[in-house]
Amino acid sequence: MARLNRTGYGRSAVLLLTGAYFLVPIACAIAFSIGIGAPRQALSFEAYTGIFGADGFTDSLTLTLKLAAATIALVLVLLVPALVTVRLAAPRLRTLVEIVCMLPLVVPAVALVAGISAVLRWGPDHFAGTPLFQAMVALQNPQFPMVLVLAYTLMALPLAYRTLDAGFAAIDLRVLVEAARSCGAPWPRTLIHVVLPNLRGALLNTAFLTLALVLGEYTVAAVLGYQPFAVWIVATSGSQAQMSVAVSMVGLLVTWMLLLMISAAGRTRRPKENS
Amino acid sequence: MSTLQTVARGDNPTRSSGSSTRAGAARRWRLPRSAGWLGAVPLLLFAALVFGLPAGTMVFGALTTPETVPGGARFTGANMSASLHGPYLTALIGSVKLSAVSALIAAVVGLPVAHAVVTSRFRALREAVLAGAGVLANFGGVPLAFAFVATLGNAGVLTTRFHLLGHGWNLYSFWGLTLVYLYFLIPLMVLTLAPALEGLRRQWREAAHNNGASTFRYWMHVALPILMPSLLGGYVLLFGTAFSAYATAAAMVGSSVPLVTMQIADALSGNVLVGQDNVALALGVDMVLVAGLVMAVQVPLQRRSTRWLA
Repeated sequence: MARLNRTGYGRSAVLLLTGAYFLVPIACAIAFSIGIGAPRQALSFEAYTGIFGADGFTDSLTLTLKLAAATIALVLVLLVPALVTVRLAAPRLRTLVEIVCMLPLVVPAVALVAGISAVLRWGPDHFAGTPLFQAMVALQNPQFPMVLVLAYTLMALPLAYRTLDAGFAAIDLRVLVEAARSCGAPWPRTLIHVVLPNLRGALLNTAFLTLALVLGEYTVAAVLGYQPFAVWIVATSGSQAQMSVAVSMVGLLVTWMLLLMISAAGRTRRPKENS
Repeated sequence: MSTLQTVARGDNPTRSSGSSTRAGAARRWRLPRSAGWLGAVPLLLFAALVFGLPAGTMVFGALTTPETVPGGARFTGANMSASLHGPYLTALIGSVKLSAVSALIAAVVGLPVAHAVVTSRFRALREAVLAGAGVLANFGGVPLAFAFVATLGNAGVLTTRFHLLGHGWNLYSFWGLTLVYLYFLIPLMVLTLAPALEGLRRQWREAAHNNGASTFRYWMHVALPILMPSLLGGYVLLFGTAFSAYATAAAMVGSSVPLVTMQIADALSGNVLVGQDNVALALGVDMVLVAGLVMAVQVPLQRRSTRWLA
């Protein structure tokens, strides 16, 4: 018993210290944003109430949410069929798919965007007047820069692959598919009405982690010169420091709450049956 | 859907008994052979195009002269050698040093934290911490930089309250940046180690204690050797993450630590010198080489760790 108690104290000490390290900056940032951090300042919630009226806030947030929706759709459309194929029909492709999904880890975002901007610069130089040039212009449409969606999808692949693969490992895909097919369901119906509902937890998790990635992504968008959410925060920090901190904190806490809700939803759906 | 699932689950035990008839029947439900790998084609095409094209252009650009120079693009080693000299080399070394140190600290600190979290009796705490770790590790970047500027920056809350500037504190230094990086590296380490720690069996600890081992000896001779591959793999992952981080440093304007990611972004946007694009590409190739080396170490390590903790 004595030993158990000792480790208990050790555990609380560790948790307290880390808790302090992780909570103090957030607390201080909130204090800073409502103006009670520095001496000679009055308490005011202007930084929070003014968020929606701020210049460019709604534009950048809408752009980011649109990008996120497109990225999530593209990630799922690419990965789900590939993973089903790998598990049902072509197990030999598995290594290849895994390597392809892990490749983006080797190329840092900055290096990737260096390559992308080099490719985009080729457009006007070599293909002026051809349909390819038109396509490149369309990719860079400032209203909805498809090039960002492509880059984000690539960057989300490693995480999405791991999450989805774990989800597939938890269900008996072959039996589900055979059961559905033997009941006469065609392939699309099998996928949409049998396989996907059983993967709900993994799909939600993937979608959410991708959303977090797109919301927080700064590097690619900043270098290519677009202004989604993260870039907007940095741009405003110069003139409205308090508001940029306030927006950052709201973003962090909202994302955290959403992830907690999703993990709670995943838990109630699948009580411990396969551990 | 739910009935189908129960049908499928209930079907399991009979599978072995009637395997020969099932195999014949199953053939009809399978995808046609030619369509066998069609589902993976979009993903592979996407990767070839969106990954292959920029990567290829980067390598090509790094090895050639800019096209705007008279004579057009010719092969040259000048970009690569420029990227390994002068301020660029300093930045590369600075990045490697910062990543190595902060990843080491995060790994050492992350282990007890992950252990405390995973073995916690309070499920809510565990879930909250793991979810929070997911957010910080992925969403990190810009919000983090602002939180730290507001806390420990030159006009930050703690800095002004405790007059830290007078004591020589500077957030925009090597150790300041390390402190900020730890804020997303430790959560990442906790996330990486959590599955491995959950795989540590209670019986191993009991067996060690029954044989007279102290807690210290249990950790030295049983738990740490088993966790070592995950720890090393995690360290490598943290190194790679810190190495490629850009947003945090960029948002903390005025940082005096030279980083290779900042150099690339500056060269791309023509902030320093115009016409440095190809050197930026060469720096990108340098980064890929370092990250590739790091991954080459990590993959075999993780394969080894899964063997024990399956």
